[in-house]
Amino acid sequence: MLSSTLASATSVRAGPGTSYLRRSFRLLGRIPAAWIGVAIVALLLLAALAGPAVAPQDPYHISAADKLRPPSPAHWFGTDDLGRDLLSRVLTGARISLAVSVVVLALAMTLGVGLGLIAGYWGGWADEALMRTTDVFLAFPRLVLAIVIAATLGAGLSNTVFAIALSWWPWYTRLVRGQILSLREMEYVQAAVSLGGGPRRILMRHLLPNVATTVVIQASIDIGFAILATASLSFIGLGAQPPTPEWGALIAQARSYMVDAWWYPTFPGLAIFFAVLGFNLLGNAIRDAFDPKLGSK
Amino acid sequence: MTRYVLRRLALLPPLLVGVSLLLFVLTHLVPADPAKLIAGEHAGPEQIEAVRHAFGLDRPLPEQYLVFLEKLGRGDLGVSMLTNSPVTADLEQYFPATIELAASAMLLTIVLGIPIGVVSAVRRGGTVDLAAQLLSLSGLPFPIFFFGILLQLVFVRWLGWFPLSGRLAVTAAAPPHITGLYVVDSLLTGRLGDLQSSLMHLALPSLTLALSSLAPTVRMTRSTMLESLSQDYMRTAWAKGLASVRVLLHHALRNALIPVITVLGLYTGGLLGGVFLVELIFTWPGVGLYSVNAITALDYPAIMGTSLLLTVVFVLVNLGVDLLYAVVDPRIRY
Repeated sequence: MLSSTLASATSVRAGPGTSYLRRSFRLLGRIPAAWIGVAIVALLLLAALAGPAVAPQDPYHISAADKLRPPSPAHWFGTDDLGRDLLSRVLTGARISLAVSVVVLALAMTLGVGLGLIAGYWGGWADEALMRTTDVFLAFPRLVLAIVIAATLGAGLSNTVFAIALSWWPWYTRLVRGQILSLREMEYVQAAVSLGGGPRRILMRHLLPNVATTVVIQASIDIGFAILATASLSFIGLGAQPPTPEWGALIAQARSYMVDAWWYPTFPGLAIFFAVLGFNLLGNAIRDAFDPKLGSK
Repeated sequence: MTRYVLRRLALLPPLLVGVSLLLFVLTHLVPADPAKLIAGEHAGPEQIEAVRHAFGLDRPLPEQYLVFLEKLGRGDLGVSMLTNSPVTADLEQYFPATIELAASAMLLTIVLGIPIGVVSAVRRGGTVDLAAQLLSLSGLPFPIFFFGILLQLVFVRWLGWFPLSGRLAVTAAAPPHITGLYVVDSLLTGRLGDLQSSLMHLALPSLTLALSSLAPTVRMTRSTMLESLSQDYMRTAWAKGLASVRVLLHHALRNALIPVITVLGLYTGGLLGGVFLVELIFTWPGVGLYSVNAITALDYPAIMGTSLLLTVVFVLVNLGVDLLYAVVDPRIRY
């Protein structure tokens, strides 16, 4: 009883207090790039949530008479080879890209953070085995491992999500393990251990909350790259399959028609660019504002 | 130094065994049955069984892996199910094209990225700096496959300055095989027409592939140069009355290079992954295109061989980067 009260008392003191959060958010507000990032991400969220409702047409509606029409008041982004409205398809794609990248990160983070906690806390052979495993995963050039995994699982959006997550977890494991190694020696953790706190309690109450900031910062930067990786895999034919209006898949389909229809690859391409840019700007700003190691600038 | 190199090299085989094990496990835990694919749509159960036996797919998994590993030791990567020729032979045929593409992209990154970064730091706030900042901001989030298509659209379709795809004009014969790099081979044999043609074919793919490494290189060069320019030794160098080129290159840039080399090494991974996308867009006949074709045919040995090859290259590049530190900064000793 005594141990638990003391342990929670120390964790409150060590955890990120409100002053830290308030200061970080104030810092974030002063970074101009953060506002551009917020604006782009907000637009993206809006498109993902309201996309199908505000889309001028059914993104799957085929109309042979309207094929490959240039941008016009009727079709702002033009139409594709089957006469489908490109704006509607790009808008629908926002929901897919956003959902996919969130799931990718959730999977990679769960696996990566869990294993990182184990490696950092228990050390010994578990740490050794996990670190050598991450060595193997990280030996692959970026994208190559995801392509191999996706290829062996077979084309499809969910396989692609799984493949990217499976090639990304080691980054989180490394990140968390490094943090845990230094946190483990902190006095409040030592105190909790000496007061008889079990490993589960130490991990969940003392260590996890303290690595959470770092992990969230990393994830906010990675989310844009998850969109990019998904689009890349769809582009080579592994991810989303037609007629799904995933942005990478749209560009892949557009390749054959780009001579006559510049707008066909251009608008999905710009959508990917701005989405990734928005998350990058926001993620980097969050890192600058929240990383305690960088201090207040 | 020698001991360090040897120690790093000794770590290579276990890492590669790990890599091969991972690839093996992946390719054998999949639901799709490769034997069915090879045997074809209309094959009966006996034919499928025969194929399975011929490719050793009916043996226990650990045994299949040991066989695979033992063959790997002999440089045998199996037979591609798609081309029906040994994967090693296929890779040998396609790899030079990939080297040519990746090396030229790395070269472009260095010869464009570092000078742009230096000028942007020296003339801070100037036009070059603004352009460089824009480039380093937008280069990384820009999808390289979209960039490649835009280049094709503008420089091939509209302006007609460059050829659309391939390594040489369809009518031209490849230069005599020396290195397999058309640019080098045509230069060595003095075939200037081929040299020009292969350079023209290389330009757009190489620029496309360089995009994602160019942006971080410019950014890193700029920021380390800015830091280096404000150091005391810079004031000393100026005070000594040294020529400005010497001050900038020998004093400022040399000290700014270490983090730039780190970035270059780091983004080589992205560059090697980008090979799949760029080779597909420009129909560049390298291992990336070979692999993308293998993917759709579920040609496991080919996919495994290509990934293994690219991973070995990546591991070696990382080793090279570590050694390069010592050359650039003599204070670093291993």
